[in-house]
Amino acid sequence: MEETMTQPRQVAGFGRDLKSEEMVISMGPQHPSTHGVLRLELVVDGEVVVDVIPHIGYLHRCFEKHCEHMTNYQQVIPYADRMDYVAAMSNEFGYVVACEKLLKIKVPERVEYIRVIMAEFSRIVSHLIAIGTYGMDIGAFTPFLYCMRDRERVLDIFEQTCGARLLYNYMWIGGLSHDVPAGFTEKVKDFCRYFRSKIKELNDLLSYNKIFIKRTANVGVLPAAVALNYAVSGPVLRGSGVKWDLRKNDPYSVYDRFDFEIPVGQGLKGTVGDCWDRYMVRIHEMEQSVNIIEQAVDGLPAGDIASAIPKRIRPDAGDVYVRTETPKGELGYYIVSDGTATPFRVKVKSPCFVNLSALPAMSRGAMIADIVAILGSIDIVLGEVDR
Amino acid sequence: MTPQQIFESLKSRFGEAVLEAKIDAFPDPWIRVAPAKLREICLYLRDDGEMLFDVLMCLSGMDYRAGKLGVVYHCDSTAKHHRIVLKTEFTDADPHVASVESVWKTANWHEREAFDLYGIVFDGHPDLRRILMPDDWRGFPMRKDYQVPEFYNGMKVPY
Amino acid sequence: MKEFLIDLLHNEALVYTLMAFVPLVWVVPFALFAVWWERKISAHMQDRLGPMRTGGYHGWAQTVADILKLIQKEDIIPSAADRKLFILAPYLVFAGSYAAYAAIPFSAAYVGSGINIGLFYVISISSIVVVGLLMAGWASNNKWSMFGALRSAAQIVSYEIPVALAILAVVMVAGTFDLQEINRLQTGWFWNWFLFQKFPFLFVGSIIYFVASLAEVNRTPFDIPEAESELVAGYHTEYGGMRFALLFLSEYANMFAVSAIATTLFLGGWNSPFGEFLSGPFWGLFWFLGKGMMFIFVQMWLRWTLPRLRVDQLMYVGWKVLIPFAFAVVIGVGFWVMAVR
Repeated sequence: MEETMTQPRQVAGFGRDLKSEEMVISMGPQHPSTHGVLRLELVVDGEVVVDVIPHIGYLHRCFEKHCEHMTNYQQVIPYADRMDYVAAMSNEFGYVVACEKLLKIKVPERVEYIRVIMAEFSRIVSHLIAIGTYGMDIGAFTPFLYCMRDRERVLDIFEQTCGARLLYNYMWIGGLSHDVPAGFTEKVKDFCRYFRSKIKELNDLLSYNKIFIKRTANVGVLPAAVALNYAVSGPVLRGSGVKWDLRKNDPYSVYDRFDFEIPVGQGLKGTVGDCWDRYMVRIHEMEQSVNIIEQAVDGLPAGDIASAIPKRIRPDAGDVYVRTETPKGELGYYIVSDGTATPFRVKVKSPCFVNLSALPAMSRGAMIADIVAILGSIDIVLGEVDR
Repeated sequence: MTPQQIFESLKSRFGEAVLEAKIDAFPDPWIRVAPAKLREICLYLRDDGEMLFDVLMCLSGMDYRAGKLGVVYHCDSTAKHHRIVLKTEFTDADPHVASVESVWKTANWHEREAFDLYGIVFDGHPDLRRILMPDDWRGFPMRKDYQVPEFYNGMKVPY
Repeated sequence: MKEFLIDLLHNEALVYTLMAFVPLVWVVPFALFAVWWERKISAHMQDRLGPMRTGGYHGWAQTVADILKLIQKEDIIPSAADRKLFILAPYLVFAGSYAAYAAIPFSAAYVGSGINIGLFYVISISSIVVVGLLMAGWASNNKWSMFGALRSAAQIVSYEIPVALAILAVVMVAGTFDLQEINRLQTGWFWNWFLFQKFPFLFVGSIIYFVASLAEVNRTPFDIPEAESELVAGYHTEYGGMRFALLFLSEYANMFAVSAIATTLFLGGWNSPFGEFLSGPFWGLFWFLGKGMMFIFVQMWLRWTLPRLRVDQLMYVGWKVLIPFAFAVVIGVGFWVMAVR
């Protein structure tokens, strides 16, 4: 015992030996605010965090290995659902777009529109969870349940469409599993009307709460240059003031037909790129998603959703990298085909994985309570980080 | 810049290290480079006023079968709105490639992942540890010739 | 009440024991129902129903069932814990918060101990809780518990200063530490309450007292010692079963204790708001508990509305906001009292 006390204490991943006043505490994998099985090793000096060393992989389910052992491309989709399980539609979207590009399939307009509606709904769902749990991280419990209540309404729409509430297997290569049900348009419009007022309620309850602003403004600032160097994406990047949204900057599907804004962090309550900016970008994005959904529902063309579904999926040899804007950020699929019916390689560039890697850069010098705030503002889903 | 121009510019600057380019590849054109010079090439791509590839979108480890490993880099420029794919190949007997962690910080975890799953060693990486698999895992699971071990720490693996 | 019981039983020791048990008869059922109450209030604030099944009517027996479950649980003491302190801590915490009840005047006819320094006794004896919390955090041998305990100690010690200053202002007006006497001074209509005396000084003082007392009992927005999203559960992370129940119980006991003090000092204690209307010992008990419960409700309301402050912000509020204002109140009241005399 005596001997170990005098030896320099080391932590893997921490650049130097620990000083005598520094302590290592392990946050997670069972911890209420790591949003799953993430483990953060915090090197702390009192309440001040010197460094954060994230340990991931507790939820590694070998997605990429699975893909190589499927019998065809279509079978990957249910696995893609299970990556970011709070926004499963968006994951499918990226994968089917990549496969269609590889197969050179042109998808019917109706399918594209329905996909956009579903992807935007899943953005709302995902942001509601992000905002609700973020409130909980900061200590406000009530907004979480308000968010869950509104989320239920969207899940009801999903359920009526494809029978599943969380993991859909809805978007298929070249089409969809089901057409939208009767009365879909009215339901969607009802929801949009309802949800606009709820965003205002959420703002009154949480966003402009003085304590909430105190806890999040000027905390975990990520400057734009650092953000780009870490290749973070989604609300984290836009929170840093970079106007970059793949729906506008690299449009896929039919996003170029809709009129919407890209909200960016402006540092209204503190510095550009702080936690409050990232949070607020999500609130504004929900409003924009509602706009897109309304436009898409109005312009929903008639047609057959299954006409372009290929009988035989056997793309030519080649590789494709397709990135789509999921609620968490830029989700990339790098699919390599060797001309057989099975993918040769599917690499997923997960936005959560990349955004989480920027956590240490944001949190050095913060306090323990700030780590919780910063981690919540990144909005990770461990299913996608670990894949 | 078009991929052809990027290739010519790289070729004139780095000569031998830039091996070939497939400009007409569908859908993304790519350039194959030598693993040793990779860091310099990437640094040039990032900093040159004409290139400005400020974002590394994706870094993928690859196993091309028959003992050939590789790494694929997808680079993007938010300022110039062009993108390029860099590929590099080497054998599994000598799986070394220069790390680009110092060029794009995002490569840190991607390279750790490639090391973890493919056993690719990134020279110059500050903290090359396993990331997704347990620290004491043996072998590199994403390699095509990987055999699932019978036991892991006394626990039966294939159930 | 004491005299009456002595006449009845002719045994002073028995009477004092009985008298000491009276608050316990209140505290335990109160804590049980306050937990149920908190669940229902939070549920209705959050668009849900809360417990609905146990006991029939709106799940009233839910916490009773929970306590029965906690009693039956295995008593786990971590192997690396400091056994003696670990066992002792919950008792000390409960003893500290329960001891405060000795001097709380529930009604004109009942106060556990009518000592003439009652107020002084309450603020000093309730500080024992800090020792218990530190003990719990240290003995658990868990870094998160330790953080919780240290935060809690820092917080309670800091916030005792504004509490004491606000109380001091009342004492200057009342001229006594005797809680029954303070109550008697507020008899009459509600404008006789100290809340509205020496306006606005004691009004500000009452707000300072209420905010600081929230911190004293670790309620949101000052619940950082047990911030579940940061410290898991703070000092009681390693506690389970009955020991946890005891810590939980003392938390609710504490909540009522500070509310009772606030009631006594600022809201006229057991006095009816309407002069002689509905006054008397039994109505006094009603008014006292009713006012206390109102404070409890506000505490719960705040808890389910506000986020949580950070450690340094908490200290900022304590030292740089509450204490200067409390000093201003003390000085203002002091001048007023001197000038009028």
